[in-house]
Amino acid sequence: MEPQQLIPHLFRTEYRKIIAVLCKMFGLEHIAIAEDIVSETFLLAAETWGLKGLPKNPTAWLYTVSKNKALDHLRRDTLFQTKIAPELNQSDEGHPDTDIDLSNKNIVDSQLQMLFAICHPSISTEAQIGLALNILCGFGAEEIADAFLTGKETIYKRLTRAKEKLRTEKIKIELPPPGDIESRLETVLSTLYLLFSEGYYSASQNTVLRKDLCIEAMRLMVMLTDHPLTCTPSGYALLSLMCFHASRFEARTNQDGEIILYEDQDASLWDKELIAQGVDFLNRSSGGRQVTKYHLEAAIAYWHTHKEDTAEKWENILQLYNRLLQIEYSPIAALNRTYALSKANGKQEAIVEAEKLGLDSNHFYHSLLANLYEDSNPVKALDHLRKAWTLARNTNDKVLLAKKISSATARQ
Amino acid sequence: MKEFLFVFRRAIDSNEPPQSPEQIQAMMKPWQDWIGSIAAQNKLSSSGNRLTNEGRVIKPGKVITDGPYVDIKEAVGGYIIVKANTLDEAAALADGCPILHVGGTVEVRMIVPMEDNN
Repeated sequence: MEPQQLIPHLFRTEYRKIIAVLCKMFGLEHIAIAEDIVSETFLLAAETWGLKGLPKNPTAWLYTVSKNKALDHLRRDTLFQTKIAPELNQSDEGHPDTDIDLSNKNIVDSQLQMLFAICHPSISTEAQIGLALNILCGFGAEEIADAFLTGKETIYKRLTRAKEKLRTEKIKIELPPPGDIESRLETVLSTLYLLFSEGYYSASQNTVLRKDLCIEAMRLMVMLTDHPLTCTPSGYALLSLMCFHASRFEARTNQDGEIILYEDQDASLWDKELIAQGVDFLNRSSGGRQVTKYHLEAAIAYWHTHKEDTAEKWENILQLYNRLLQIEYSPIAALNRTYALSKANGKQEAIVEAEKLGLDSNHFYHSLLANLYEDSNPVKALDHLRKAWTLARNTNDKVLLAKKISSATARQ
Repeated sequence: MKEFLFVFRRAIDSNEPPQSPEQIQAMMKPWQDWIGSIAAQNKLSSSGNRLTNEGRVIKPGKVITDGPYVDIKEAVGGYIIVKANTLDEAAALADGCPILHVGGTVEVRMIVPMEDNN
């Protein structure tokens, strides 16, 4: 690989590792120092690698340079002498010989601890996702803005405020005490689920970026479930759910980035390996006593990996949605449950149930009713499609609905 | 939104033969579909519990009788808690409850809100 391609690649894979280790060392209140050091290291790489050729081991080069820069900083900085050194129980005699440990184990430990620090209950959910993308995944403000379909300035401000909050709340980069891990893990899981969904359902046309978001969420989930202290049945269930969803990544968009609905997807494009991994994680998730929403959602996603419409499939999906809604209501679960009901118990019963949902302002509600009325009352179905189109906000949804409207109109 | 207790009662015949797992499964589906329907309307507060047939009734003077159905023909089989604006709205949710198909009843009672307990 040429330096022009290699550097962005290494930035993506190594930036977050070095940042986590340095932040762990300097503390969250000095996040900017760690960011400056790593940015300077990559800048130096860009300047020198092109001229002098690639070092033998580019990753090791990055680690060594950032380590030296960090040590230089510590030596220079009076802050170290007065604040950090006493806390590190070191003598304040000029030359700190602090070791900066960039071993794989310390990198993983630091990233995990950082994940818990970022997903602290005092940080807003929106900020947690932004921080996770920025610090743990090495995404810049521009990429995050692209994924969230907002301005770079907005994201920049959001990140700055969130980092300020980490500082003022004096949040430490460490794993919570063993007794608190389970409750803190709830926030971590829900943030990683949102991060994944942000990639999976984002209206952004940038499919590469969206896929990256999903992969990052899965990478962090693997890190969590690989660690004995943070590995839980619900974590496995969430990871399993992500694998099943991600298995359809190639099949769910066409070349133009437009969404292809589940029933129209080419099942041969589903990633068999990810499905097998999902099944494996789902089996591992059965260890606990509690059935969480992640277990139910993973089981629903599992049934969706069977393309064929069978009575068994839809009866299982319906019962899983019945249980999921009893744990936690959401409009989308209510709509999906009604769709499963139409497949399991018939469209007439589903129409009666759909009308009780009270979701008239939701465009998915009208898409569902359009589907349910498709055979029995095409005029009503078309009417609902039009309502859905009016209510839809996202371009992908609008395009899809416009297509459906024109084919429904042609049939009449 | 106010909360309402649904109490399911039905006549219990102690000579009923035990049910097979398939029968139990078939019996559960209408219940799950009905509760799922209430939950899908975001009107379920608690999925409550099912009660077994065995029971004891304790009366003053250390009188303990077997089973709740010595004096009354109908026994409580379970309960759930729903959310609704009015008693009428809550009662409408009870429509379609599977207990009604086996000759049972649903009693709908409004729960006194927490702040009114003092």
